[in-house]
Amino acid sequence: MIAWTIYLTLAGALLALLLPRILARWVALVATAGGFGLGLAALFAQHTDFAHFTTIVRVPWVPALGMNYHLAADGISLTMTLVTGLTALAAVLFSWKVENRPNEFFFWLLLVVAGSYGVFLSADLFLFFVFYELVIVPKYFLIAIWGSTNKEYGAMKLTLYSFLGGALVFIGILVAYVTAGTLDLLQLTQFQFAPQLQAWAFPVLFLGFAVLGGIWPFHTWAPTGHVAAPTAGSMLLAGIVMKLGAYGALRVALNLFPLGFQMWSKWIAVLAVIGIVYAAAVALRQNDLKFVIGYSSVSHMGFVLLGLATANVLGVSGAVLQMFSHGVIGALLFALAGAVYYRTHTRNLNDLSLMGLSRTMPFITFAFVVASAASMGIPGFSGFAAEITILIGAWKTFPLAVGITGLGMVLVAAFTLRALKKSFFGDQTGGRVRQETRVPNGAATLAEKLGASLLICATLAVGLYPKLLLDRIMPAVETMRFLHR
Amino acid sequence: MSYLELLRLAAPEAIVVLTAFVVLTIGLVTGRREAGDTPAATAGLGALVAALGLAIAAATIVRLPGHATLFHGMLVVSPLNSLFQVIVLVLAFFTVILARGERLLPNKGEYLAMILLATVGLMLLIGSEELLMIFIGLELTGLSLYVMTAFDKASQTSAEAGLKYFLFGSMASAFTLFGLSLIYGFTGTTSLAAIGPRLAEQALPPLLFVGIVMTLIGFLFKIAAAPFHLWAPDAYQGAPVSTAGFIASGSKVASFIVLGKILLIGFGPVSGSADWHGLIAGWTPILAVLSALSILIGNLVALVQKNVRRLLAYSAVAHGGYTLLGLIAGGRAGFSATLFYTTIYAVTLVGAFGVVGFVRRENGGDDLADFAGLRARSPLLAGCMAIFLLSLAGLPPLAGFFGKFYLFSTALRAGANHGLLWLVALALFGSLISLYYYLIVLKVIFLDENAQATPAVARYDFEMRADYLPKMTLLVLAGAVLLLGIIPGTLVARILASFG
Repeated sequence: MIAWTIYLTLAGALLALLLPRILARWVALVATAGGFGLGLAALFAQHTDFAHFTTIVRVPWVPALGMNYHLAADGISLTMTLVTGLTALAAVLFSWKVENRPNEFFFWLLLVVAGSYGVFLSADLFLFFVFYELVIVPKYFLIAIWGSTNKEYGAMKLTLYSFLGGALVFIGILVAYVTAGTLDLLQLTQFQFAPQLQAWAFPVLFLGFAVLGGIWPFHTWAPTGHVAAPTAGSMLLAGIVMKLGAYGALRVALNLFPLGFQMWSKWIAVLAVIGIVYAAAVALRQNDLKFVIGYSSVSHMGFVLLGLATANVLGVSGAVLQMFSHGVIGALLFALAGAVYYRTHTRNLNDLSLMGLSRTMPFITFAFVVASAASMGIPGFSGFAAEITILIGAWKTFPLAVGITGLGMVLVAAFTLRALKKSFFGDQTGGRVRQETRVPNGAATLAEKLGASLLICATLAVGLYPKLLLDRIMPAVETMRFLHR
Repeated sequence: MSYLELLRLAAPEAIVVLTAFVVLTIGLVTGRREAGDTPAATAGLGALVAALGLAIAAATIVRLPGHATLFHGMLVVSPLNSLFQVIVLVLAFFTVILARGERLLPNKGEYLAMILLATVGLMLLIGSEELLMIFIGLELTGLSLYVMTAFDKASQTSAEAGLKYFLFGSMASAFTLFGLSLIYGFTGTTSLAAIGPRLAEQALPPLLFVGIVMTLIGFLFKIAAAPFHLWAPDAYQGAPVSTAGFIASGSKVASFIVLGKILLIGFGPVSGSADWHGLIAGWTPILAVLSALSILIGNLVALVQKNVRRLLAYSAVAHGGYTLLGLIAGGRAGFSATLFYTTIYAVTLVGAFGVVGFVRRENGGDDLADFAGLRARSPLLAGCMAIFLLSLAGLPPLAGFFGKFYLFSTALRAGANHGLLWLVALALFGSLISLYYYLIVLKVIFLDENAQATPAVARYDFEMRADYLPKMTLLVLAGAVLLLGIIPGTLVARILASFG
């Protein structure tokens, strides 16, 4: 059933391209809503085996080379499918007003979504890689055609970084395939690779994935790409695409080469912590609202990597929860920044601070306050639940890292509050907004309200009751091989 | 062996030759002109006859017996040879259709006849496993292609390209012939199947290696591997577009299959090894170095090209480098990977040159700037070009992606202890570079607006002109590239099965 998310989205992409332009957004809405519905139904279905990567479809594809069309799901992939559907639906709602070449826009957008569903559900390495690389080119066009600020540069940088990461992953996958003689993930996770091989193949494969996950010092594509992208593009990038890297690292790199992981895990932790603190410090100095959020994405993804590096159930489960949580919060932040930009035509914090937006855009301000709170890790939102789980997990393995990360969290709070204050609550001196900077159409549209509410509800639901997801993630993590050496 | 039997087995070649004569006659009867357009009726009739002849030849191949050998391998009928003769015929068929668009060429009949003669040469190259016959095929193809390259008499670049191609080509042929004579001198035979065992049983004198290397030069020239690639940019840019497409597709497929046969059947015992810490003298290390050189030079020089055809030429050098990986890996697996890749590459390039032909006819040039805003003028052409270029870059779900996966995985499996990893990593690095320049072309097509915005009427004209046939052909080719990427299993199984 969950496999239909892929087919539905692909069909939607084709229809969006070919139908008249007025229908494109409706097709996209139906396709993403359908995917979201399927994801919800699958995650909260009764009697599902969340612990094991259970096969859904398995048909021979290229028998001569041992490739199968093999889809499978467990609690982790279902969680990721859900956040994909959620973000995609919100992204469509927030691009309801795209007037420029809407057919192509929704075609590329749905291709990104379909590829992401495919990555999360693939149980054959070749199929996995097909979906993984499928996402690259649509991103380029989304950014280069519909983007803003320095869009061609940002698009090309992001694409080349993705492809570089893809090339490293390619080498890792080829080595695993050639050595083990199979592409089936379920068989590969049982295969014992020689330690010497794992020692060099693991870092290659992991780094390839981590480039997309925004690991320091290969994170620089993320802020420029996010800033250049159109609203929906940034939402997909932050919400889904960066998770593809983290998910690949977890599902493939860690499970295929557990010994290599053991050798390198402390270096991953080091890079993750540097990423958390460094990106937060850089975000503190940014003057473009989207740059702030872009660096905050890198910082939050550092938590995911730190969680993976802990190699214990709590840390890794926290990492998956953080993928979900940041997917929702990051998408929400970018959506609102986009909504502000759409109305004011600026993202410069100093300019925004003169406009007193809290008065003219009440709903957007409200949503942004909520999103900022969630992003800072205020209890009650999903960000807190995820990060505290990661830190408890990390305490057992890397106590020093937890200490330094604490500093990073202070910085996160600082830059989030700074951006929030400057962009919405700037002009509080006399409470007067200068006439010429008064923004028309401050009220949020219905589509924007729906999209924002959807994301807020998700982060609240998981924040107030994390067991909702953790009950489904933890069994899957517990069965993973690298925990039982 | 009766002559009737000979005629039966050589029927496909004979049919194509006959067709060439018929087309030539049609051209002559309806009048020859010094310059300018051929009468539409002549061009149409000629193309129809040529296409029909190619189709009939392909049908005849299917009806041939499974295995037959004539005159110690001068003509060999085997599933592998038949499969690739059909593929070459199909490529020639597409070339003939796309040549319909070349309105400015004089004497269409002669042009079509040259295409057919080149095709015969390619069929001989594929269908022969004897050195002399292979050389004759090589020359027949070469001479026809030289003439086709210089066919656009009104254009200076075409003449220059033809001359360059001819000079380099004949030099390379001379090397090959000399090499063949050395090999014949040492082994006393010209049959590929007999050369292998003789090389295996005796100690190898250094002069024999000289012979092998010289033999390789002619074929490396054909596939435009660096440093024998210097003719390619000029030929691809200056030749009539359909010729360029045919050089890049049909000629390349045939050269790779013949190169593979010579190396793996004939020179198999002296292959050597190109593994990182296990270098063994032989032709493999030479090919590995040339492959690495092609990948680097091709991709790096393509970065700065401003002309799309020149860009495709340098990228062809790089793709030649990738394709060699399969031969370096060796064995059936490696050879089939090479054949798969060269086939899909040929299909892709015919299509890409088809699009270039359209743009050239409309804008009078094929520089990057002429592609600006193609999306607005013709979404169909823009979409097809995107599929072709992204397949060349190796992105899923297109054929180029699977081709690369196949090639690289066999190369990695071949060496002991992943010995060829260095070459695979280099090839992947090359792909990364190539993605940049392919994306630049696509950026121009999809993002940039044409400086002289095409008026609405012209746009209508561009879309609605009665070029349905070539446009449908492009659509078919784009569909093939997509399908071969999604379900590559059929072709792979086909190639593997044809090894018998």
